[in-house]
Amino acid sequence: MTMVNQKAIFVALFFLVLLAYPWLDGGSYGIDLVTKIMIYAIFALSLELLVGSTGLVCFGQAAFFGIGAYAAVLLSGEDGPASILWLLPASAGAAALYALAVGSLSLRTKGVYFIMVTLAFAQMAYFIVHDTPLGGGTDGIYLYFRPILGEWLVLDEPLVMYMFSLFCLVGTFGFLGVLLRSRFGRALAGIKENEQRMLGTGFVTYPYKLAAFTISGALAGLAGFLFAVKDGFVNPELLNWHLSGAALVMIILGGLGHLRGAITGAFAFMLLQEFFKSEAIFGEFARHWHLGLGLVIILAVAFLPSGLVGLPDVLRSRLAGSGVVPLKKLPEGGR
Amino acid sequence: MDLTTFLIQCLNALQYGLLLFLVASGLTLIFGIMGVINLAHGSFYMIGAYMAYALSPVIEATLGGGFFLTLLIGLALAVLLGYLLEWAFYSYLYNRDHLQQVLMTYGLILVFEELRSLLVGDDVHGVQIPDFLSGSIPLGEVMSYPVYRLFVSAMCLVLVVGLFYIFNRTRLGMMIRAGASNREMIQSLGIDINFLYRVVFAAGFALAAFAGMVAAPVSSVYPGMGNEVLIICFVVVVIGGIGSIQGALVAALLIGFIDTFGKVLLPEAAGVLVYLAMAVILLWKPNGLFKAA
Amino acid sequence: MSNEILLRGQGITRRWGGLVAVNRVSIELSRNCLHAVIGTNGAGKSTLINLLSGEIPLSEGTVELLGNDVTTWSQPRRAMAGLGRSYQRNTIFPGFTVFENCRLAAQAKAQKGWNLWQPANRCPVSTHAAREAAHRAGLDKVLDRTAGLLSHGQKRQLEIAMCLATGPRVLLLDEPLAGMGAEETGRMLTLLDELRPDHAILLVEHDMDAVFRVADRITVMVNGTVIASGNPDEIRNSGEVREAYLGEGH
Repeated sequence: MTMVNQKAIFVALFFLVLLAYPWLDGGSYGIDLVTKIMIYAIFALSLELLVGSTGLVCFGQAAFFGIGAYAAVLLSGEDGPASILWLLPASAGAAALYALAVGSLSLRTKGVYFIMVTLAFAQMAYFIVHDTPLGGGTDGIYLYFRPILGEWLVLDEPLVMYMFSLFCLVGTFGFLGVLLRSRFGRALAGIKENEQRMLGTGFVTYPYKLAAFTISGALAGLAGFLFAVKDGFVNPELLNWHLSGAALVMIILGGLGHLRGAITGAFAFMLLQEFFKSEAIFGEFARHWHLGLGLVIILAVAFLPSGLVGLPDVLRSRLAGSGVVPLKKLPEGGR
Repeated sequence: MDLTTFLIQCLNALQYGLLLFLVASGLTLIFGIMGVINLAHGSFYMIGAYMAYALSPVIEATLGGGFFLTLLIGLALAVLLGYLLEWAFYSYLYNRDHLQQVLMTYGLILVFEELRSLLVGDDVHGVQIPDFLSGSIPLGEVMSYPVYRLFVSAMCLVLVVGLFYIFNRTRLGMMIRAGASNREMIQSLGIDINFLYRVVFAAGFALAAFAGMVAAPVSSVYPGMGNEVLIICFVVVVIGGIGSIQGALVAALLIGFIDTFGKVLLPEAAGVLVYLAMAVILLWKPNGLFKAA
Repeated sequence: MSNEILLRGQGITRRWGGLVAVNRVSIELSRNCLHAVIGTNGAGKSTLINLLSGEIPLSEGTVELLGNDVTTWSQPRRAMAGLGRSYQRNTIFPGFTVFENCRLAAQAKAQKGWNLWQPANRCPVSTHAAREAAHRAGLDKVLDRTAGLLSHGQKRQLEIAMCLATGPRVLLLDEPLAGMGAEETGRMLTLLDELRPDHAILLVEHDMDAVFRVADRITVMVNGTVIASGNPDEIRNSGEVREAYLGEGH
């Protein structure tokens, strides 16, 4: 069996486990938690398209997430449930539109300056939501009716919400998988590896990057839409830069350059958080859960330079007796 | 706005800008010379502020107190801590991808914040202004300006002048400037690069911690204060141009004035203004105002 | 018919501040003609290639490609119009396989950026052109190898292959022989010979033996200026060139 097949089977198994999970552990807490993690996984995937696949480090992803969430609440009326059929595309579209505007400007800068310009635009969106009455100010706003699709898809039910989120996660994963193999995706990979060469070869790279940025914004908006529907509530903290930072941490922790890395990272990050927060294990000390999480992250950088998806390779070489590559000897400089 | 208010706001803006510069100068040098994106830099500021809070009663009890003594001991501790941190963590990051640095320094933020919570707790604490600096200078008939704020600005100014002297007039400064503009070059000049890195890092830590210490009586100390400062300092660094210390000064003062006057004149848009300024400047000059020469 | 001029640069000048890197250089590249540019380090040879290919804008002068004035065209647009270039330092895509390097280069001619669903390796235009280019550059046996792991000589071959994959009419080659062994050099010169009949080639090169072996025309640059241009015999016998360039260290 080839490596590629093995990985595909793992991913398929993983999704099957998620599908079966509500019946393995029927608790409402577990279902709610995994729904939340799956939404974050979609969010992480949206960022992976930019950072891992195109080499554009965006530090303002939370703005797209938040705009998707706010759009879902603001656009759905107060008289009755809206249809998912138009509300979902509208929410993702609002985020995509904002991403298009932000991308068209910020793609004029490069490297760390790009990181900071995307942060700047996200902060502007944050303060606009935070300081104006448009979105209820700091208190946020409630969603009166969760959107529906006919009679059979009513997102009020936690289990339906769970399945719908899983459906969106698998859909996003599949969509990005196909996209990255297409000519468009290969061009993005080329831009990440060597943009100068792409220009010299005849690719006008700007529209490619802008398209990637917009698609990424739409997917983040989709995650935001799901989040708003799940919680039935939005507040400005959804646009906070902490969330952009957390998404970055998720995809780096999982392993950049792999779609499954983004999902792995989202699950690892959120589950570690739950683990260290668990009073059953840590008792009084659970209050200080950041400490454990921080230490695990530092250890991950030290021993898993290619992220969690590189773990099998590290273990394999361990078993073969070659040991872990010492930190200082690692090749590859920064970009 | 009358003239007195205007003057007061100018002094506030100057003080804020100078404090920002002290934190941002270390950040821009660590980035410019070592190529490390240090998200934990805000934590250094936080550590400084909490040292001012935690050390003064201890020193009061053992050595009989003294504001300057506390500052001095705090600075020494900061240098030592910076030196150790560089050795234990940052020295592993130099040849790594930027995103790995982001990840590790993010981990450090979490650790520092929790250690702070474990050692000092999560409450907001005020820090005493020393008696001899606690007065106010009357300005006009109804307004006055606290002496301590003037003192903070003065201390910062002294440091800024000192920093520029070291930077432009000494051999160490020459090495740092060479390093900021061309990292390969200093290696070829036969300079001990490990030593240089450690010095710059310890100095950067100490500057941020010092800013935290002198700011603590004005701002009081509270959880999350480091992260607030971190983001705004990154704004300063990129507006100024990465690795440029002059740029950091100009940008810090600019942000100081925009933020201070924004809060007075356009309170509802104050939060946006700083970022709007950054976006406009970077779209106009994609590499910041001063590119490291 | 066989020797029409494909690329013409006239009065090309580039200033950096007060420094003139390239000073009023005029050059013509014709099909079936290998035109070498030689000169000391810093003579402006690589800058000339960057100017002709559109990587940096001209301060003065004009560039004409296949009869069109392309002076204001961007680099990708010139590349699409048939201008291929290789780089002095390897600028391959190190993480891709050799085949994928060539295929992506060939994809430039069939971009269809809006096609997000069809797998790139099912694009017959680019896969065919990629195989063809890799074959011409002698990379058949290493198609599936990761480019970053190739030997230096093979990386230089890949540079050329990627260039060829876009189907260019004009080739600007920046030191393709740098760091190559004798055998690899021989193979590369054979390749250049094969490419000559249907391409206009500009070759910047330090290896004088190789240049005098393959070049039909040689232009000598010193300090950004052309001091001589002619066939190899004329250059070899030019007193001025000997004094300014060949005399030193040769």
